Amino acid sequence: MLKMKTPKTGKARRELDKRAPKLVETGKKTLILHGTKTSGVLNNVLTQIYQLKKESAVRFSRKNEDVRPFESGGEASLEFFSLKTDCSMFVFGSHSKKRPDNLVIGRTYDHHIYDLVEVGVENFKPLESFSYDKKLAPKAGSKPFIAFIGEGFDSVEELKHLKEVLLDLLRGEVVENLNLAGVDRAYICTAVSPNRVFFTHCALRLKRSGTIVPRMELVEVGPSMDFVVRRHRLPNERLRKEAMKTAKDKAKKKEKNVSKDVIEGKIGKVYIPDQKVGEMALPNKAKGVKRERREAKLRHGEGNKHASKRQKEDSQ
Amino acid sequence: MEMETETQSQFQIDLGNLMAFDPLHNFPSPPSSREELVNECLKKGTELVQAISDTLFNLPSTEDVDGPLVKLPPPATRLPREKPLPKPKPPTKWELFAKARGIKNRKKDKIVYDEQTGTWKRRYGYDHANDEDKVPIIDAKITDEPGEDPFAKRRADKKKKIEKQEKNRSQNLKEAAKVGALPSHVQLAATALPITGSQAVPKKFSKEELGNVAGMAATSTASGGKFDKKLPGEKPAKHKGKYRKFLPVVEGKGMVSQEREQTEKVLNKLFSKNSHEMLNVNKAVNMYNVKKEKKWKNKEGKSSPSSSKLKPNKTLKKKSLNKGSSKKGKAK
Repeated sequence: MLKMKTPKTGKARRELDKRAPKLVETGKKTLILHGTKTSGVLNNVLTQIYQLKKESAVRFSRKNEDVRPFESGGEASLEFFSLKTDCSMFVFGSHSKKRPDNLVIGRTYDHHIYDLVEVGVENFKPLESFSYDKKLAPKAGSKPFIAFIGEGFDSVEELKHLKEVLLDLLRGEVVENLNLAGVDRAYICTAVSPNRVFFTHCALRLKRSGTIVPRMELVEVGPSMDFVVRRHRLPNERLRKEAMKTAKDKAKKKEKNVSKDVIEGKIGKVYIPDQKVGEMALPNKAKGVKRERREAKLRHGEGNKHASKRQKEDSQ
Repeated sequence: MEMETETQSQFQIDLGNLMAFDPLHNFPSPPSSREELVNECLKKGTELVQAISDTLFNLPSTEDVDGPLVKLPPPATRLPREKPLPKPKPPTKWELFAKARGIKNRKKDKIVYDEQTGTWKRRYGYDHANDEDKVPIIDAKITDEPGEDPFAKRRADKKKKIEKQEKNRSQNLKEAAKVGALPSHVQLAATALPITGSQAVPKKFSKEELGNVAGMAATSTASGGKFDKKLPGEKPAKHKGKYRKFLPVVEGKGMVSQEREQTEKVLNKLFSKNSHEMLNVNKAVNMYNVKKEKKWKNKEGKSSPSSSKLKPNKTLKKKSLNKGSSKKGKAK
């Protein structure tokens, strides 16, 4: 007979359910890791990216030997990590003479590499170097505004790709309802030249403008850096087609107890359950009431074999 | 205000992602210093963020304790999924049967009246109502076989029922696994990692296949596995392909030289095929002429070669006839 394994605890079961493929996906987890060699700058970059995405990221702090995303065979362990941690994006840092301060941002589909973009980090300014009013500091996990500036993002193939990947990395969770009071951060990406992108993270200051729409003011809170695009790999067409599939519009849930009338419009029926006045708890526990209950229990106690242990003790 | 709307239309705004993109902006002259660049970017960024919030704050909102809630439209930029779409679960055997028969689910009460104790108890689970196992006395029937423990039988029956249900369940799961629609919490034994995404059930190797692979591995040394240690129970590797066979060159007793015959056959075939090329017309004409001349010569020189040829035959016949007759005569 077929041997099956099912989780033994409810927690494990819920955890597995979380990892199962979903009809509508709301966000991707990011795995942040580095290769055999990193530089101080890169370490900083990785930790700060992790800080920005803390609620949906996993950080590996040990060096990983056989991760070389662009080479064949070098992706095996990366795919395994993706499966283990259930992350479908990764940011991989490595440092070499040929490619100093190298950052590979990639996505996976079905725990296999989907696409890759390699960028070099330059002119890095860490979080700590910015001075601003700490009250403005963005809350963790808030939905960011993302702005892309420059025609490079439209005309240059690499930047077009980078834009898509950055959007996927930064956008956070896909939400249906947004609290306008919780909007407090923005990412600005500017294509400075055909292979250079200036990236910065800002806090938002909402100012009164007299209308409903407040006047926005950006305060740079960092980190900020330049991305120099190096290599990139687009997904193959077949894979892309499959990954872009979306669930057809959800079947509408049948509305119960609501009907429509030509004249009266929408009519809803409201059912009110029977008011059990007799069973209602009294506000004050008068002694008389208590005695009544005790007597009732005594009367029933003898015949009731199904009574719980404590009740039995009471009756004795 | 007019200016604002104009600039807004230039931007591509994806409200679902709170993303704005200005595809037209170009640096007229490369900024000389870093600070200048940052300032320029922030200025432009503010413009874009303002454009997003213009549409965002104008969406119909509902007041909440924490602040105004806005319903965002779905993201316009299409991004790839992280896992494939879940596949629909195939119907179980019972579901198919119920559909064919038109059986519909109806709801049952959770609590049932228990006749033994006269109380209401839950239908299933611990301490449930009308539990057969709890009946302490079983009435004897005429149909009962002597020597059979009715209690043990009851227990065995229940066990069988549970086993059957388990079998049905696993059968249904197998069907679901074939389509790739296994429930996320179920793991078939062969898969080591939890099923996330579309983990195909690994193929099971048959004994024969494994043996073949082992054979291949064993013979993949320089010596073809000749000097390797054999494991207990390991069979010698199977030889794949044909052996070359040579026919005996020397004639054996009672058989013709097969080798010679074979080569002759091949040669004949070759000659017959290429015979048209090998025909020397001149020589052939000469030969024909010579033969003709000979014929003429024969006709002129000897009177009748055929009659002379027939002569010895006649004598033979006569001899044999005479012999036979003489024998017969002797016997008579």
